[in-house]
Amino acid sequence: MAKVEAKTTLAKSDLREVLREMLLIRRFEEKVEERFRAGELPGFLHVAIGQEACAVGVCRALEDGDVIASTHRAHAHTLAKGTHPNELMAELYGKQEGCSHGYGGSMHLYDVERGNLGANAVIGGGLPQITGAALAFQLRGEPRVAVAFFGDGATNIGTFHEALNLAQLWKVPAVFVLEDNKWAESTPESQHSPIRDLSDRAKAFGMKSVKADGQDVEAVYKVARQALEHARSGKGPVFVHLDTCRFTGHYIGDPQVYRPKEQARELRATRDPITHLREKLALGDDEFADLDAEVTEMVEASVEFAKNGTDPAPEDALKNVYA
Amino acid sequence: MPELSYREAVRDALVQAMRQDEDVFIMGEDIAEMGGSMGVTHGLLEEFGAARVRNTPISEMALAGAAIGAALQGMRPVAEIMYEDFMTLAAEQVVNQAAKHRYMSGGQHTVPVVFRTQGGAGWSPGAQHAQQLEAWFVHIPGLKVVFASTPEDVRGLLWSSIYDDNPVVFFEHRTLYGIKGEVPEKIEPIPIGKARVHREGEDVTVIATGRLVHEALKAAEEAEQAGVSVEVVDPRTLQPLDEETLVASVKKTNRAVVAHEAVTRMGFGAEVAAVLQYQAFDWLDAPIERVGARFTPLPFAPAMENFVVPHAADVLAAINRTVQRGN
Repeated sequence: MAKVEAKTTLAKSDLREVLREMLLIRRFEEKVEERFRAGELPGFLHVAIGQEACAVGVCRALEDGDVIASTHRAHAHTLAKGTHPNELMAELYGKQEGCSHGYGGSMHLYDVERGNLGANAVIGGGLPQITGAALAFQLRGEPRVAVAFFGDGATNIGTFHEALNLAQLWKVPAVFVLEDNKWAESTPESQHSPIRDLSDRAKAFGMKSVKADGQDVEAVYKVARQALEHARSGKGPVFVHLDTCRFTGHYIGDPQVYRPKEQARELRATRDPITHLREKLALGDDEFADLDAEVTEMVEASVEFAKNGTDPAPEDALKNVYA
Repeated sequence: MPELSYREAVRDALVQAMRQDEDVFIMGEDIAEMGGSMGVTHGLLEEFGAARVRNTPISEMALAGAAIGAALQGMRPVAEIMYEDFMTLAAEQVVNQAAKHRYMSGGQHTVPVVFRTQGGAGWSPGAQHAQQLEAWFVHIPGLKVVFASTPEDVRGLLWSSIYDDNPVVFFEHRTLYGIKGEVPEKIEPIPIGKARVHREGEDVTVIATGRLVHEALKAAEEAEQAGVSVEVVDPRTLQPLDEETLVASVKKTNRAVVAHEAVTRMGFGAEVAAVLQYQAFDWLDAPIERVGARFTPLPFAPAMENFVVPHAADVLAAINRTVQRGN
């Protein structure tokens, strides 16, 4: 198990790597949109364009052995937790080389070896299991933390309340990361929640809560480090409230009739986590273009890898039902 | 051979598994100081402590889900869901999560969790504390489903369920906790997927589960007086189902009655009847009879409750119908 460090800031060299990771996710998601519209990708897809800093900031703060549970909007978390873009893209193409071997798809991405316990297509579905994974760490005396990602829409479902209540009651080493993009599918927060500050929900359980601008990856990293350290040291779970933005629709193809067109444009112009970090690093156009070319090439390669992957035989559907 | 009650037999499996294996722990509502609403976990807190005998809030989703999460980390939790009726609250985690993690991950996960629960009428709790919902869970690929009817079976099958790498929904019957029976000195694991022939017979096979196994045995005694020889078979595990034993029995007797306490309509017995008619069609001398509860919620007043759920007399009547029809 990696030694726990108190470090809560990233070095400049780390930040460059963080930018590269966020840009990789952005280009990956754009490619997914493109290939879906071209009719190459089956299923129901949700991209995390605009929310890259949440995934990267939190996952970079994790130690070896920590685990995550993701949501229906899972590509960013999966890449940030270390799954290779080839394996992720192959899964989206339904290939055996995919990170769920073609059994899961976009909303059910797993990479157990790398600590990704699985993405969940039931809102709030993964939260009780994160409490349970953290309970296992506590019972075994292991210095590991279990982390759940979820959106603001999930704070209205029973599993959220039951899982947080139980986690705090038992003081298990869990971190609950709210990616508050202000939308539950097409329903704005004002229509789905009677309170304006969703951190209040954590307070109701007596749970420590921290907040950060989810578009500022350094700020995300900092609160994630603090939360993980708190949980790992046995002081109990932490609620991490990240204020973020969804630049796209709920799903690819969502006509977004529920919000004005300018809104997304304005968010992109003012709250892009990639622009934010690029400016902070004072990265020149050439340098950024190099970085962009590098990740774009990786994404293109992932499409090639996926297309050349192995289709499962139809009867493979009968495998893996039971251990 | 020692004698244990059904309740003691469940407890013995839990105690022995917890003694030999730190990864086994139990959680549920009122299971610690109180020893569970059925008294099954009485004394376990004293022996194993509060870390491994965990009282939970009234939060079936979280308690089922937390058990799944611990199982994903390789522990072997046993979650007690106080009443079968409350499995409806845990159902999201059991059905969408536990049953599917292995599959959706393409074989990466194993989910060695047991959901123990109990139900059964005969004590007038009304409509929300005695349902028999096994048909809900046998319909879900990825789950194993056990329903034991004797102390020996409940102990051996719970042991096997704890050590199975799949999620198991383990049904106990409330009115059976007090029955006594001989058990082997040492726990003998009973394989999941193996039926038990309780009584051999020549004329009719009764395939029964839970309390109805005992009702079927009573009915068989009575039928015997009238010269009808009845074989009684308990599948014990509903998923996977020991089709081979059931079909072999019916091929021998040429008549079948399927009996359970759950409502007849769309019940587990319908699947058994389908299996039998397809695999033993040419051997059947009469339509397969089904015995189960009438299609109502469970009523409160004892006279109505007694009317709704099946008893030995209903099994006997079904036996007689098959015999008359077949001749």
